[in-house]
This record gives sequence, structure tokens and C-alpha cells, in this order.
Amino acid sequence: MCLGIPGQIIAIHDAVNNLALVEVSGVRRLINIAFIVDEELPPAACVGDWVLVHVGFAMSRLDEAEAMHTLALLRELGEMDEAGELDELDDLRSATDTFSATGSTP
Amino acid sequence: MKYVDEFRDPDRARALTLEIHRLVERIDRTRGGLERPLQIMEVCGGHTHSIFRYGIHQMLPPEVEFVHGPGCPVCVLPMGRVDDCVALAERPEVIFTTFGDAMRVPGSRTSLLKAKADGADVRMVYSPLDALEIARANPHREVIFFGLGFETTMPSTAMTVLQAHAGHIENFSLFCNHITIIPTLKAILDSPDLRLDGFLGPGHVSMVIGTRVYRFIAEQYRRPITVAGFEPLDVLHSVFMVLRQIAEGRCEVENQYARIVPEDGNAQALSAIQQVFEPREFFEWRGLGSIEHSGVRIRDTFAAFDAERKFPVANLQFSDPQACQCGEVLKGLIKPHQCKVFGTACTPDRPLGALMVSSEGACAAHYRYARIDTSALTGRAVVRTGSAPAALRVQA
Repeated sequence: MCLGIPGQIIAIHDAVNNLALVEVSGVRRLINIAFIVDEELPPAACVGDWVLVHVGFAMSRLDEAEAMHTLALLRELGEMDEAGELDELDDLRSATDTFSATGSTP
Repeated sequence: MKYVDEFRDPDRARALTLEIHRLVERIDRTRGGLERPLQIMEVCGGHTHSIFRYGIHQMLPPEVEFVHGPGCPVCVLPMGRVDDCVALAERPEVIFTTFGDAMRVPGSRTSLLKAKADGADVRMVYSPLDALEIARANPHREVIFFGLGFETTMPSTAMTVLQAHAGHIENFSLFCNHITIIPTLKAILDSPDLRLDGFLGPGHVSMVIGTRVYRFIAEQYRRPITVAGFEPLDVLHSVFMVLRQIAEGRCEVENQYARIVPEDGNAQALSAIQQVFEPREFFEWRGLGSIEHSGVRIRDTFAAFDAERKFPVANLQFSDPQACQCGEVLKGLIKPHQCKVFGTACTPDRPLGALMVSSEGACAAHYRYARIDTSALTGRAVVRTGSAPAALRVQA
């Protein structure tokens, strides 16, 4: 229900009505961007931005710096495996190796 | 896909799992053994779906279990409201528009899908704005949009009502069944048999309402909460963060999903909600009963776009089928597979209860993805695969 998918703003279709062309998983469609624009950030300034799309609306601007920060934290956690214990977790492989094969997540 | 694939990296997932096992060992040692598993409630149905889809519940040590929360709006919609939808859809002048999720939810008599098969003009739409377009294109018909969902979806229907108002599209109306998350969490936290040790906060609701609003959970109820993203690494990372709080004796609101969720939420979206909606005194939830101020209705200013004022709506209450144990599953008292009718009389193709309907319902997700062993069929044990790998049993 609260499904949200990242998409990139390709072009502004109608600045007055806040409609933008957004590419989501390779498909382009018109998305309402009213909730992520204001006086400081008018529609024209949003082209190229990544947004989270929900039921035809861009609901949040994806913060690339925060995404990088979270990924860096995740890398640090992995580096704590000094004893090589991770190699013994082979029986988790059957579960984790299917992650990337699946489609969108709600 | 950018910002998706990075959060599905299998190597990172295994590293995180190892860290989770270590943390649990630490908690176990500090407390001199755990009397019962640590229970973490994932509030949002999207998380329930991710957990089963990726088998995350099976990667955790047995000392940690998920309790599937009420955050699936389709699942908690009472049957009487579905009946109201069908009654509206059956009116000859009406085009009834809805998200696909709601089509198969059984009412006391029938579902929207069956009503459509019987001739009612029911149309699935991707966005409430599509419903508004249908209203523009069909000026001689009454177009009703079935507004359903938490704060994630509320701004989009609010904006649609505002556009209908501005464009004088008088043949459009909203059947408002929106619900709000904070009163719901309060109701869960106030329940006398509460055993939860922490929460995964709803990611997409929080991008609208922000993270500050959860402070009462940490400060008054002394429970840790981590607002979580939906990819498998997001969920594992968030579980790790909740467990780290437990291990360190902290109760705070943490945000794992900062790439999408700003601390203050979305001001424009909140303003749209505020303009169009006001709280209802009570709203009835399937399985949970009536929760004070948990629903919203359309303000008087926009009464012309309120389907409940435009058309007669019975608003009757029906109890669930006797065999159905959705309520107990929703409260975390039993696991989906422990329900009497799970997988037999109640399946995703022929759902008896609402939790089997939506892919975010605990039962449908369990049915579709959980690898059930035979002990589960007798209702004895929690579903698990094998024993934890040797490396996970860190010695003291």
C-alpha cells in the first residue's frame, strides 16, 4: 500500500501544474511534483533529481549524501569480520543470493 | 536500479546478520539468559512483505522474532466499509475507482471484484489523479475514489480533492477511509499484554510525518524505534540498530532511512492533509476494534467532495467469519500459520480473512514466501531453517 519507488526527474512537463516526466524502472510517466517544490526549489531546479514516487506523486527527494552515508555504515559493519567468520555463513547464501534477483519492494 | 541494488548486496547482508547474532549473544550474556525471544514489531505492511519475501525472519537468531503490525490499510478495513464500497459501486450513475489492493477484499456479501463481474462500473487506478481525469472525461457520471491508506497516501488524495475543488469538478467525490499511524501506535503501546521490545518505524509514512512524532515511544513508553527502509539491507540494518539500542540500554528514535525520511517530514504534504482532513472521533479497525482519533474525514469546506455526504452510506458493522483469526494474528497473539483456516479454507486465491488478501498482509506474505516445515503445520513451532551456523555461536 505504501509502495514507493525511486525515479529520476527527466523533464518538466507543465510547471504551472507541477507535472514532471519521471523515469521509474525504465518507464517514463507524468508525476505530480507539487510536494517537493517550493519557492526556493521551483520545478525547473528539480530536473535530474531522484525522488520517491508513490501513487503518481513525488513524495520525497532522495538525499544522495544520506544514501552514501548509510552505505558507508553498512561497509564498516562488514569490516568488523576480522576472524573470517563470515566465510562460515555459507548456509545463509541461499537466502541472500536471491536478493538482487527480485523486483521492486513495497 | 539505482538506490535499490546497493541495498540488496548479499555479502553485506551476511555481514549484518553476523553482527545481529553477535549483538543478541551480548544481550543474552548481559541479562544472564533471555526468558523469551526479543519481539520487534514491524509496523508497516511493506516491511512484513520484505521480511517474508527475502526470508529475513529466517536469518535472525531464534532469540529475535518479528511481530507483524497493523500497517496494512487493506487488512484492517472492516467488512462493513467494504460493503459500503460495493453499495456505492452498484449505483448505476457511479464509476467507482480504487487502488488494485482493495479489489479482492471480502465484504460481508461480496467484494469489489465480484461486484465488477456482476456489472458494477469499478475501475482500478494507479493514482487518485487518474480518478479525477475519469471524472473530467465523464461529466454525466458520478466518480468516487476509494481513499485508503496511512499518511503516505493521504497527501495524494488531499491534493486531488484540492484540484477537484479548484477545477469545480463537481462529479468527483472521495470515500474517505484514511487512517493515521500515531493513535494506532498508542493503542498498541497501551494494550495491557504488551510485550514488544522495539519497533521498526514505517519508512514511507515517516517521509510525510517525520521522525520527531515518535519521541513519545522512546520517552514515555521506553521502547526503541528505528525508522526503516524496505530493501533487505535496510530491514537487517534497522533490526541491528534496534538491538544495539537494547544492548546499550537506550530508548531513542533512530532513522535508518535518512535518504528518504527527513526529520521534519514533508511540510507541503502535511499542509495538504491539514487543509482537507480532520480527525474522526473513532474509527473501527478490523481485528483491533475502535481506536480513538485513528481515522480522518473530509472537512466541511470540502463537503461537496465527500462521498459519505453525497450518497447514503450504511456504515454497518459486521463481525468477521467465525473461523477467521485475523484479529489474533494482527495483535501478535498467534502466527499466521497457527490460524485454523490458514492455507486450507483461506488462501490468497480464495481469501476468507483480510490478512490473506493484500500481499502486505501477514498471512498472504507467509503463505507465499515462508518455507514452512512440518512442525509448523501442527501449530507447534516458529518457522525456522536448521540451526544457526557454528560461527554465530560466539563464545563468552
